[in-house]
Amino acid sequence: MSILIYAESADGKFKKVAFELASYAKAVAQNMGTSVTAVTINAGEVSELSKYGVDKVLKVNSDKLAGFTAKAYADVIKQAAQKENVKLVLLSSTTDSLYLAPLVAVALEAGFASNVVGLPVSTSPFQVKRHAFSNKAFNVTEISTDVKVLSLGKNSYGVFENASSQTEEDFAPSISDADFGVKVQSVEKSTGKVTIADADIVVSAGRGMKGPENWGIIEDLAATLGAATACSKPVSDLDWRPHGEHVGQTGKPVAANLYVAVGISGAIQHIAGINSSKVKLVINSDPEAPFFKVADYGVVGDLFEIVPKLNEKLKAFKAQNA
Amino acid sequence: MKILVCISHVPDTTSKINFTNGDSEFDTNGVQYVINPNDEFGLTRAIWFQEQQGANVTVVNVGGPDTEPTLRKALAIGANEAIRVNATPTDGFFVAKQLAEVIKNGGYDLVIAGKESLDYNGGMVPGMVAGLLGYNFVNSCIELKVDGTAATAAREIDGGKEILSASLPLIIGGQKGLVEEKDLRIPNMRGIMTARTKVLTVLEPVAANVETKAVKFEKPAPKSAVKLFSADDLDGLVSALHNEAKVI
Repeated sequence: MSILIYAESADGKFKKVAFELASYAKAVAQNMGTSVTAVTINAGEVSELSKYGVDKVLKVNSDKLAGFTAKAYADVIKQAAQKENVKLVLLSSTTDSLYLAPLVAVALEAGFASNVVGLPVSTSPFQVKRHAFSNKAFNVTEISTDVKVLSLGKNSYGVFENASSQTEEDFAPSISDADFGVKVQSVEKSTGKVTIADADIVVSAGRGMKGPENWGIIEDLAATLGAATACSKPVSDLDWRPHGEHVGQTGKPVAANLYVAVGISGAIQHIAGINSSKVKLVINSDPEAPFFKVADYGVVGDLFEIVPKLNEKLKAFKAQNA
Repeated sequence: MKILVCISHVPDTTSKINFTNGDSEFDTNGVQYVINPNDEFGLTRAIWFQEQQGANVTVVNVGGPDTEPTLRKALAIGANEAIRVNATPTDGFFVAKQLAEVIKNGGYDLVIAGKESLDYNGGMVPGMVAGLLGYNFVNSCIELKVDGTAATAAREIDGGKEILSASLPLIIGGQKGLVEEKDLRIPNMRGIMTARTKVLTVLEPVAANVETKAVKFEKPAPKSAVKLFSADDLDGLVSALHNEAKVI
């Protein structure tokens, strides 16, 4: 009756969300008096998971699973859940995990709750708190099925060390050709850039930038902070920046530790998309900009003066604290 | 090609979100409803298939009679016909069960749903439909082409995109990118007039297990006031980010 997590990896290395998920699972398991089992797919060295409290690892290694295929990966997780007779399956909120989660839920006849924040409100009946209404509210959802699937919102719990003595086991689920109806033809990925999904810090800019030619100061600031760059919807609609940078309710969600908004007034749809970020810093010339109402820190003034100056200050700070 | 576009009827993105009845229900007072934006991108792409490749487009919603104006709007945008499954959705699985039934009976080649709705943000309906029917499924879809029974789709991944191929029938969890914002259509008068006479079939729901239920809602705790720094005190800001917020 262990809890099962799918510990996601890329190129043989665990993603940070895998450690957050393991930390979360450990806390839930301790509340419920049970243990944590992780299933990994082509993850390489798995001992790192023991730092975060994983008690047992089911290692799946298969050339067939070299590229991500939602249906096949969901099938592996389902078989792992059945083998261990688990009642609770935990997934993270990466694009891949959100793709396979409903497939796992249907296969296990399990109720599914996504965007979960914090530990279960209650374990009997089983209730969890989750984001709803695009971060404008929370909702407590009760899951009444025997087996339950949750996906944990990114950056909503944190990473905590809690060492365990971990056992490892090779697991060879049966993988059916029928799982490969959707085939990957090619992958186009910008390399060497921090992605919005992975970033701890996101630097985002809006129409206050006046034109795409002025983005150098934003990229410099992002480089200093090791941050991803993002933009508001009007900027993406005007084609000043690539569409993949659009964050907000209809763009990408952001759940960073620090979100820096430069020259963005803060429309309700924009705020909804970024509100899961922990700390918000707003730089805007208009003291009445709605964004200041939800910000933690703010600077009112000319962004073309403030951003380069802040960048210099941060560079000096980084040099000192390196 | 027969296309089914799944439409969720959701509060407009500018809506103030409030709850009623001891915070157990969404307060619909004064709320304007729209086609869920992720669904509207899919609908617009479907209309493109209709105009360019002769596809027939049906829209479907699971909801009470009050959701019909949203379906009529989809008809005004250009869908050929509409189906409403007459039930108040209890959870994502319930909706998926209803849609799977409609798809099985209607023999659709392509089903496009938004990857998530902007109210409950469950993100589960298209995947569950695919799981129930065993159909091919692409989520977070940002490009879609169909040639005969072969589809090519792009899926958004962290930091880029993945190009996928699959044969029909296919379920799509769609989002912005299927078409861009500027491609969205506002119904014109002719569309609105013809929409009134298009077929809107009402079906009764099939039984589905209750898997989850929303028991309570909460609004985020009010935020403490912003700490402002003057442009001459950026050292103070850097120090606050480091010592107080601990984010750098």
